[in-house]
Amino acid sequence: MEGKEILRGINLTVKPGEVHAIMGPNGSGKSTLASVLAGRDEYEVSKGEVMLDGKDLLEMSPEDRARAGVFLAFQYPVEIPGVSNANFLKTAVNEVRKSRGLEPLDSKDFLRLMQEKMKLVEMDKAMTQRSVNEGFSGGEKKRNEIFQMAMLEPTLAILDETDSGLDIDALRIVSQGVNALRSPERSFVVITHYQRLLDYIVPDVVHVLYKGRIVKSGPKELALELEEKGYDWIKEEADATV
Amino acid sequence: MSSLIETISTAEQFLQSVAQSEVLYGDHLPFFAAQRVAAADEFQRIGFPTTRHEEWKYTNVAPVLKTRLRNSHPEEPQILDKVTAKKLVKSDGILVVIENGRLNAAASSLSGLPAGLTINAFSELEKDARLAKYLGNYASVKNEPFVALNTSMLFDGVAIFVEAKTVISEQIHLLVVTTSADALAVQPRLLVVLGAHAECTVTEQHLTYGETLPHFTNLVAETVCETNAKLNYIKLEDTDSKAFMVNFHQAWIERDAYLHITTLCLNGALIRNNLHIRLNDQNCNAYLNGLYIVNGNQVVDNHSLVDHAFPNCYSSELYKGIIDDHGQGVFNGKIFVRQDAQKTNAYQSNKNLLLSNNASMNTKPQLEIFADDVKCSHGATTGQIDEEALFYLRARGIGELSARALLNHAFAANVIEQIADEAIRSVMLERLDRKLDA
Repeated sequence: MEGKEILRGINLTVKPGEVHAIMGPNGSGKSTLASVLAGRDEYEVSKGEVMLDGKDLLEMSPEDRARAGVFLAFQYPVEIPGVSNANFLKTAVNEVRKSRGLEPLDSKDFLRLMQEKMKLVEMDKAMTQRSVNEGFSGGEKKRNEIFQMAMLEPTLAILDETDSGLDIDALRIVSQGVNALRSPERSFVVITHYQRLLDYIVPDVVHVLYKGRIVKSGPKELALELEEKGYDWIKEEADATV
Repeated sequence: MSSLIETISTAEQFLQSVAQSEVLYGDHLPFFAAQRVAAADEFQRIGFPTTRHEEWKYTNVAPVLKTRLRNSHPEEPQILDKVTAKKLVKSDGILVVIENGRLNAAASSLSGLPAGLTINAFSELEKDARLAKYLGNYASVKNEPFVALNTSMLFDGVAIFVEAKTVISEQIHLLVVTTSADALAVQPRLLVVLGAHAECTVTEQHLTYGETLPHFTNLVAETVCETNAKLNYIKLEDTDSKAFMVNFHQAWIERDAYLHITTLCLNGALIRNNLHIRLNDQNCNAYLNGLYIVNGNQVVDNHSLVDHAFPNCYSSELYKGIIDDHGQGVFNGKIFVRQDAQKTNAYQSNKNLLLSNNASMNTKPQLEIFADDVKCSHGATTGQIDEEALFYLRARGIGELSARALLNHAFAANVIEQIADEAIRSVMLERLDRKLDA
């Protein structure tokens, strides 16, 4: 982005069913990593590959990545006036189905699927009729992201600071939704600044991102240690080894 | 009368035809003779506008005048059922086919009209005092070349009268057809008068028929709402790439009356609309909405004038446009709030999306306020598609083209969704999608 190097070599393997947390101080490149994985074109990847089920995501358009099973829960979900949530999701679900050689869902089946998934994040029907995210509160926007995830059933879900701007109730609802979607086939990359979210969504592995590199990886207890001691000791360790 | 078929290929020849019109139409619509002469004089005085005229700065009519055109021939209409298949609204309703400016009664469904509604050709109403009372008394020819041209050359037209306290539940559907095979210049004229407390919905759909040669439709409509009358009016301009159209609509609304008018510009080589609304007493409500989807080398120009002359009136104007390729859009919205028009509420908004580097949009909101206790606002925006929204849709698996179409549709549909009649709304949305998909 404007010639600035943000990520400098990330080596990360996420196995099916695993939840990996990526933590790190502000400006460490966490959200950039999420954007690069989802295919935002303002970032140029100069080196490397991102393999999902044997295919390099970096060679795919954002829509093809989504169809291949990548889902990004946005840190700042976009408001789209004039496009109803339901219509948007029906288009998305059916484009994904089409890419997999499946018949499109008819209105009745789509409605049934929507009703089933709405329960996961305690969405009401009115929210599906409203324009995508338009006038939604912070919590509603994040619930809507998880609702979309439930509808699209990805194999790799990336949660970009999903906990930001959430009160404790919304955090609980969103986390319950995510936990309900955990399965042996589905992997999660949970990007967060705070340990709080990881009380609810318990990771298998915690990575610390600093200056565009993963400088430390460990079990879920690493998150607690970061919460207690902050990021300074990690920074010192990392800066000392460079 | 077939001698009237003549080539008009220059402004001078237009002028000649206008000069002859008094002689040619002398025995026709006798009550209208004086107005015809006055209009011819005015047209000869002002002539066709050039881009040096402020009101025509961005819209050049020279291509119209360079085209070989023939004056509309006053022969009996000939097209029968062929065009009615293309009519906009499939449901029952009252169909009025206007062919090259003349009522085609055989193709229309004018039998068994509801009580209180009359639909006639002007020529059938020569002795009807109502026609003389209204026709030509609202759309002024002064400094309006195309109104003057229409008024001086009109051979016939269609008058719709809805009597006081009559509510017409069926839609009145005007199919304005130009037979393009004849390379005609036609001057259709409409008059719609709603008596006190009357209500109706009118759609004005433009259509070309036959082999596509350049043609020019110069329509003038006058609509009058008497006290507490309610008129919903929808214009659909969806013709072909050889169509030049000037559409001048003067709406006049009296005390407590309501007007909701939507103009949808989809296809045509050059479209110029002038919508002038006079709020001529207290408590009037006027809504004017417009949508233009411009691509190829199309030029679409919407001029509007909302004239608040009395206190306590409300007007709301929303025009939106999507311009692609080498398309050119123009919006010029004037609001006058005269000195007596205290407590006026007048709002105007013009929003545009430019989809290509070669597309252009010129927008000019103009408020002239002479009263001191009013609420008025205006705003104009021109921008590109929201890249964040586009990425969001694509990140959910929606292909780029579909995502763009979805966003364009959402931007534009907002204008159509304000049409009250559900059947018309859904047909208009279909037309919109057809154009956006093209």
